[in-house]
Amino acid sequence: MSQATQQDAATGVIESVSGPVVTARDLDARMNDVVYVGDEGLMGEVIEIEGNITTIQVYEETSGVGPGEPVENTGEPLSVDLGPGMLDAIYDGTQRPLDVLEDKMDSAFLDRGVDAPGIDLEKEWEFEPTVEVGDEVSAGDVIGTVEETVTITHKVMVPPDYEGGEVTAIEAGEFNVEETVAELDSGEEVSMHQEWPVREARPSVEKRTPTKPLVSGQRVLDGLFPIAKGGTAAIPGPFGSGKTVTQHQLAKWADADIVVYVGCGERGNEMTEVIEDFPELEDPKTGNPLMARTSLIANTSNMPVAARESCIYTGITIAEYYRDMGYDVALMADSTSRWAEAMREISSRLEEMPGEEGYPAYLAARLSQFYERAGYFENVNGTMGSVSVIGAVSPPGGDFSEPVTQNTLRIVKTFWALDADLAERRHFPSINWNESYSLYRDQLDPWFEENVTEDWSEIRQWAIDVLDEESELQEIVQLVGKDALPEDQQLTLEIARYLREAYLQQNAFHPTDTFCPPEKTYLILTAIKTLNDEAFDALDAGVPVEDLVSLESAPQINRIGVQEDYEEYVADIKEDITEELRGMY
Amino acid sequence: MKEYQTINEISGPLVYAEVDEPIGYDEIVEIETDDGRTLRGQVLESNDGLVAIQVFEGTSGIDRKASVRFLGETLKMPVTEDLLGRVMDGTGQPIDGGPEIVPESREDIIGAAINPYSREYPEEFIQTGVSAIDGMNTLVRGQKLPIFSASGLPHNDLALQIARQASVPEDEEGDDEDSSEFAVVFGAMGITQEEANEFMDDFERTGALERSVVFANLADDPAVERTVTPRLALTTAEYLAFEKDYHVLVILTDMTNYCEALREIGAAREEVPGRRGYPGYMYTDLATLYERAGRIQGREGSVTQLPILTMPGDDDTHPIPDLTGYITEGQIYVDRDLNSQGVQPPVNVLPSLSRLMDDGIGEGLTREDHGDVANQMYAAYAEGENLRDLVNIVGREALSERDNKYLDFAEDFETEFIDQGFETNRSLEDTLDIGWDLLSQLPKSELNRIDEEFIDSYYVEDEGEAVEATAD
Ligand SMILES: Nc1ncnc2c1ncn2[C@@H]1O[C@H](COP(=O)(O)OP(=O)(O)OP(=O)(O)O)[C@@H](O)[C@H]1O
Ligand SMILES: [Mg+2]
Repeated sequence: MSQATQQDAATGVIESVSGPVVTARDLDARMNDVVYVGDEGLMGEVIEIEGNITTIQVYEETSGVGPGEPVENTGEPLSVDLGPGMLDAIYDGTQRPLDVLEDKMDSAFLDRGVDAPGIDLEKEWEFEPTVEVGDEVSAGDVIGTVEETVTITHKVMVPPDYEGGEVTAIEAGEFNVEETVAELDSGEEVSMHQEWPVREARPSVEKRTPTKPLVSGQRVLDGLFPIAKGGTAAIPGPFGSGKTVTQHQLAKWADADIVVYVGCGERGNEMTEVIEDFPELEDPKTGNPLMARTSLIANTSNMPVAARESCIYTGITIAEYYRDMGYDVALMADSTSRWAEAMREISSRLEEMPGEEGYPAYLAARLSQFYERAGYFENVNGTMGSVSVIGAVSPPGGDFSEPVTQNTLRIVKTFWALDADLAERRHFPSINWNESYSLYRDQLDPWFEENVTEDWSEIRQWAIDVLDEESELQEIVQLVGKDALPEDQQLTLEIARYLREAYLQQNAFHPTDTFCPPEKTYLILTAIKTLNDEAFDALDAGVPVEDLVSLESAPQINRIGVQEDYEEYVADIKEDITEELRGMY
Repeated sequence: MKEYQTINEISGPLVYAEVDEPIGYDEIVEIETDDGRTLRGQVLESNDGLVAIQVFEGTSGIDRKASVRFLGETLKMPVTEDLLGRVMDGTGQPIDGGPEIVPESREDIIGAAINPYSREYPEEFIQTGVSAIDGMNTLVRGQKLPIFSASGLPHNDLALQIARQASVPEDEEGDDEDSSEFAVVFGAMGITQEEANEFMDDFERTGALERSVVFANLADDPAVERTVTPRLALTTAEYLAFEKDYHVLVILTDMTNYCEALREIGAAREEVPGRRGYPGYMYTDLATLYERAGRIQGREGSVTQLPILTMPGDDDTHPIPDLTGYITEGQIYVDRDLNSQGVQPPVNVLPSLSRLMDDGIGEGLTREDHGDVANQMYAAYAEGENLRDLVNIVGREALSERDNKYLDFAEDFETEFIDQGFETNRSLEDTLDIGWDLLSQLPKSELNRIDEEFIDSYYVEDEGEAVEATAD
């Protein structure tokens, strides 16, 4: 804002400062307005108004800021800039591009009081209209396209709050995002730039029941606990159990069109890893660099806590925007617990009445509002799009009974429970197959049966039964030892061992094993099933179980994961196993 | 600068004073007492007309007549390369009788966050000479890898062994003294004089003191000061690493004492406590320390952190280890059982983890088979360890031949691989070769986590037979 007079009207004075929470008096503001705080103009948001006192959460460090300094209101709610340029970008929690900040601050360290728009306002894009003069368009409609990255065609849409009307002017050409690309007879002008308040879901026509899986290339997920496109999932687990690796795996290999990855209050190096790896990795769908479909939001643990609170909203709003274009978007939030803690921290500075474990009473409501923004949607413009949300949860002490885990589990439909014991044994991904579940399983089976194999659910059920039996038997083994079990049960344990080692385990760091298409997931199961069937036949024929658990051919099953030409390999294994076993009787 | 004699409340480590000018959050305060002592503190909260001050040295001796001066700036650390070789107290005042420190610059100790975009991913292997670490939980430059220990365990010996032996093998140009030198910044918080001596003596004995900067807040020093000490240490480390190109190893001990100090301040402010009475913001607070490790693009140096903490009641779900583990890039567990068995260093590798290992090892970085060997040893040790409970119940005879092999493996893994002594410096080659000796006790078909190619080149053929022969 440049005019001094205008400033005065909306300017208040700081009354108190306590960490990220600042109060101001005489500020004329509405809830959630964005304000600039102090002489340095730190960005903040109004979160409480009481009489003449306005409470603000500040998105930057407040050291040295003191009472008496001015507060300026922008009169706008916290919003994100939407338009081409959000892919291949990395933002902080308030959508400031971190590369631009590095440039502007001329430092590797984050300074204060520097602002930058979420998308480059000067860059010119090649705009291609998809409607003509005379066409009738309404809010949400696509009027043209821009090649945003090699992978993604950005759809330029009439903003949702527009009236719409007949197109009176539209032209192909090079435009920056602020220039008008179309005029409507309503007098409205459409540019490639929209803004949207982050705390408000973008409108849609309706939510539908999802029927397609978000194929992740992770055996235990696709095979046992699939998530739908438009579904929700939670990954709770103690530190070091594999939440981030699982989220990264999904960001890399999930068959979404767009990935929004929100690093919320976690490690700096984990974000750096994504920034360094993703441009090099190939999108399994298109072969293009993964970064071309990815938008990153990095508000690490040491960055301001209020911006951590907002980063989740920034992420989901960007996701919704691409959904509106008809894309399948997957959003990963690592970790929603840090987000909840940010709420708690701010709430306690406000001296609000604490709920369970000090979290604010509105924790459950905020969590469900967030996950409710996921779904398979019919968009306002008639297209279908989805937002899948996968949230990591970091329960204190690894105890799932705490409020964030519990409130999340009440909402999400897929639960991938990470297990410290499995992680200690280096069983990765350490997803506990007894505790985890997916409520999408039945509604996704038809897709797998149609697109992968007819007996998808049948063979899965077989595997689940064996694993269930194993956990029962293990309890006995712990008391009496394996040898005390009847022979058939000993054999079951051996089969279950292969299920664990060859099927459930998957090495995220192996170049081939890191991504396992559903066909391969299925074939691994069939190899183990062959071993099972042949070995039980042999047992029936009188072959002693000691011989059955020390086969020469069976250990090859554990190497299917790392094979590129797995089809041939699996066929050979099945042949070898059959031959070896049948030769024994 | 205005002086106030307006203290109206003193409570625990906090002093409340009335002011008639705006005072900034985090600003530094000097309080002069009746008897002429000057205490330092920091503004914790600034309300129109009233400020809450946290006094580093504690509030004893302060009365309402004490005078309060606000210095108009946040706490700064005077930094210079000349700090190397110096010993300071927990607030950064030299206590070694050395010359006055002439700073090159004064840096805010709060430390701005590194822009994640500006970081460089750490992947340069540091050889510590400790098999449990190098082989199984590899440390890399720029990592933050805490030692999770408990009272009465030799975590200091391990930390010292690492500090002494840490090197980067095969320095590219072949010259030992490459352009970046190695430095140690040691931040002690509330440790005993005896423990401090243990470190100082070792630094002196090995000549490490010359390339070390020591900040010592001892057990009888004021607790509140402990919230400042690690920040002074890290500010110094960042300066040496990112301005002066040093590879800095920061040892912070004991983080548990630091967290106790946080809890004390929180309680004095009557804040709503989080888990077990620790402040709800402890995760964020610890992150502002631990995240000050790393590498930055275009800078030579690095900050590697080795914080030490003692887990109250040996419990790793306690908020201090728990929140630490959620922030750091892995952890090394020092184990009471292994210690009582006399294993040195008593590192339990199973719950230990180095998250940056995967990208820091392998062909061209360490050795091609490193990752596979580590994976296989983990799995095998876990399996053997798992069987131990069962053996106690049913005896070894009731176990299969396969199970017995795993039990032997677990045994040998502890005595041959882990128990190397605090003075032995093993090369990575040695570490991996010992690993292969142990793995070769198992049949090849069990080594399903190792690439067949590596089995062909490294598996020790006669080993398996030899063991089999003795087992019969
Ligand atoms: N699928 C996997 N394959 C191989 N290794 C894995 C896999 N998943 C996890 N790991 C190992 O476990 C380590 C810890 O995983 P990760 O960083 O994802 O834990 P986390 O649950 O996110 O912990 P935190 O809560 O502390 O962030 C990794 O560094 C890696 O070594
Ligand atoms: Mg993580």
